Amino acid sequence: MKPIREVGITGYGVYVPCYRLPGSEVDRVWKDGQGGSPIKEKAVPGPDEDTATMSVEAARNALMRAGLDPAALRAVWVGSESHPYAVKPTSTIVAEAIGAVPATQAADWEFACKAGTEAFQAAMGLVGSGMADYAMAIGMDTAQGRPGDALEYTAGAGGAAYIVGPAEDALAVIEGSFSYVTDTPDFFRRPGQRYPQHGSRFTGDPAYFKHVLAAAQELMEALGAGPEDFAAAVFHQPNPKFPERAARVLGFRPEQTRTGLLCPMVGNTYAGSSMLGLSAILDEAQPGDRVLLVSFGSGAGSDAVSMRITDRIEERRDRAPRTRVYVERRKEIDYGTYVRYRKKLHLH
Amino acid sequence: MRDVSIIGIGQTKVDEHWDRSLRHLAGDAVLMAMRDAGIETADALYVGNMLSGLLTGQEHLGALIADFVGLRGIEAVKVEAACGSGAAALRMAYGAVAGGLHDFAVVCGVEKMTDTVNAETTTGLVMAADADYESIHGVTFVSINALLMRRYMFEYGVKHEDFAEFTVNAHRNAAGNPNAMFRNKVTAEQFGRARMIADPINLLDSSAIGDGAAAVVICPSSIAREYGNGQAVRIRASSMATDAVAVHDRSDPLWLSAVEVSAHKAYQQAGVGPREIDLFEVHDAFTIMTALSLEASGFAERGKGAWLAKAGEITREGRIPICTMGGLKARGHPVGATGVYQVVEISQQLRGDAGANQLPDARLGMAQNIGGSGATVITHILEAHA
Amino acid sequence: MSSIPRHWRLQSQRYSMVGEVCNTCGAKLFPPRDVCPECSKPAYEPFQFSGNGRVYSYSTVYQAPTGYEEFVPYTVALVELDEGPLVTAQLTDMEQDEIEIGMPVEMVTRKLREEGEDGLIVYGYKFRKPLQQQPA
Repeated sequence: MKPIREVGITGYGVYVPCYRLPGSEVDRVWKDGQGGSPIKEKAVPGPDEDTATMSVEAARNALMRAGLDPAALRAVWVGSESHPYAVKPTSTIVAEAIGAVPATQAADWEFACKAGTEAFQAAMGLVGSGMADYAMAIGMDTAQGRPGDALEYTAGAGGAAYIVGPAEDALAVIEGSFSYVTDTPDFFRRPGQRYPQHGSRFTGDPAYFKHVLAAAQELMEALGAGPEDFAAAVFHQPNPKFPERAARVLGFRPEQTRTGLLCPMVGNTYAGSSMLGLSAILDEAQPGDRVLLVSFGSGAGSDAVSMRITDRIEERRDRAPRTRVYVERRKEIDYGTYVRYRKKLHLH
Repeated sequence: MRDVSIIGIGQTKVDEHWDRSLRHLAGDAVLMAMRDAGIETADALYVGNMLSGLLTGQEHLGALIADFVGLRGIEAVKVEAACGSGAAALRMAYGAVAGGLHDFAVVCGVEKMTDTVNAETTTGLVMAADADYESIHGVTFVSINALLMRRYMFEYGVKHEDFAEFTVNAHRNAAGNPNAMFRNKVTAEQFGRARMIADPINLLDSSAIGDGAAAVVICPSSIAREYGNGQAVRIRASSMATDAVAVHDRSDPLWLSAVEVSAHKAYQQAGVGPREIDLFEVHDAFTIMTALSLEASGFAERGKGAWLAKAGEITREGRIPICTMGGLKARGHPVGATGVYQVVEISQQLRGDAGANQLPDARLGMAQNIGGSGATVITHILEAHA
Repeated sequence: MSSIPRHWRLQSQRYSMVGEVCNTCGAKLFPPRDVCPECSKPAYEPFQFSGNGRVYSYSTVYQAPTGYEEFVPYTVALVELDEGPLVTAQLTDMEQDEIEIGMPVEMVTRKLREEGEDGLIVYGYKFRKPLQQQPA
């Protein structure tokens, strides 16, 4: 899919909270230290943080890189599965805090871990149709894992904000995108439930791999490109194994995916996952590089986006703190503190 | 303007009065004061109180208490200035009597703080601060004073233990006051070891909540001799000043300018200076407040308030005795009542009724009551009648 | 004790630190107050503060008022903004031993409180140690 008007990313910004829960802590409490952990540690939001506050910081970073007056944004869209309100858009809070109000659209997006890239594609459409010059799409989450469940090791917090604008102002021009969606209930949550249900091994081949591989293959075929044509690729990262295997099957080499693979250090940031990984790539990409992003959201679907980096990346990327600054900023906490911060204790 | 005197005083013990409600406590103090004054009726009642609405669900205290004490029908009103409500009520009464509006006015400071749990009381107390720009950030009243104490220690090189004597002195004096809440002795060593509430303020830097009521009856000095068994105490000065409520709005957070203005006006009215004051019932809600009040009232140079305590100047034998009946720290701080307790205690000293704590030669006493962290300050100077 | 309109009115101060500048004497005012406390002249011109400042004083709260118990212990501070005014705010993402009077801090937008599990979430400014701009 490509809009009539060429569009691209004019600014990007991230946020990852500073607290880290080592996987070994979950293992200590639930498996007596005998089970191991798929990742080193995950990012945990502090008690005064939520998807709104994190989105505000990422959005401010994106505006700094873009050098854009927030009043020029015609949409602020936040994709998440942990919106602070069930009814009242996170997007309005973010839009108000960054000064994009009142002449803007705002709405919250939901498609599990691909809510952010869904918003991103809609932003491509809004700008590409000429309805707007600039639109912001944010993928951000403070995901919760059921205590003792496999997902508790990895359910992390963080994400990124992207400003989509005309190609003439972009640091990365979008070549095209493709979405592959089916009704596949691999992971879901009913209203009022605290924690999601997941299909265990069903979340692998019939869900993640089927959609990620199909979306990537169809997009590359439509662009007449192969894995060797890309400088870097980033996939949705619920754990390190899934994106590594997807990359291998598609023909990518580890050097191409290494920069964007952040989940060993911050966990699965859900709607922020692939978008956060992309920002780490943009922090180091060279003009002319081609980059592939493939997200995955349970339910299920994948969005694949291909882009080319322009000269503007060099003057813009250091206008805001790099992704690694956030990743390296860490305060280790123990399981008890984590349970307190994540409000798994009932105080009332 | 007529000269005004205090002809009757009354007070309850400060305590957790589980079996006395707010109106009962007020009644106890008012009836005691009226009996002491030898009057059976009055023209007006001024009730000083801060938190009756939030903590007991009751506002409209003027009419309520007037009726309860048998003064139904008279002019009555609640006066509120945070923890300065008591002295503010006296100031309003003083103005009415001095201005010729009334002859006999009763002033009652009352506070009932133990009907709610800790978090509710803490929430109530922080209403003395700026709701939109201080309280919303989760500051407590203690932590606002802690911010001042830490900065004070940083700027003047004063250590926490240098404040110990304020507390030691207060407790030593409370031991001789049957109405005080805490009559145990406290040592400097205990002061150093006490539990932190909001660092650097610990449990022994900080006055405690309690229930209590105190009352005075005032009338023109020209007729005072006929009442109160010839024990009238003359009000030589009454003054009030304000400052920004929020500490961050003040031009100099470590200088209580409302204390300076109020004290200065009081000295002028009385025609005296700090040297002539024989005792100072200071608003010792926190040891840092005592130090800052002593400085802005002219008893010590900037940064040297705590030094006065270390040098022993604040004891009953010292140059400027403070908290002679225990102060807010040990007699207790039922917030809206405190200002009236201070005036009652000075009256006891000036009349020779201070019992074990009697100062040998007290002729001029100064009471200073503060609302919030220094935003409202009311100073009274009292003199023993010739 | 929810008060939706009260919090809503204060959004531009809480989210973005918008204050005022006095056109007569140039003083920057936060919070905005309409009458300049320096020269007593009217002051209505909005002014956007940078959010940068230094710690003037701080204290850690161990006994919280209602609505803040879940955050205990937390540290409150007086922060001297670069443009002049002093503000009261919490410090966040910092351990006690990292805090020093005089250290630089920067503004971030965080949750100030929630009116219970079903009530309004109030967002506003807190301060943290400034982020490095470059990775180590």
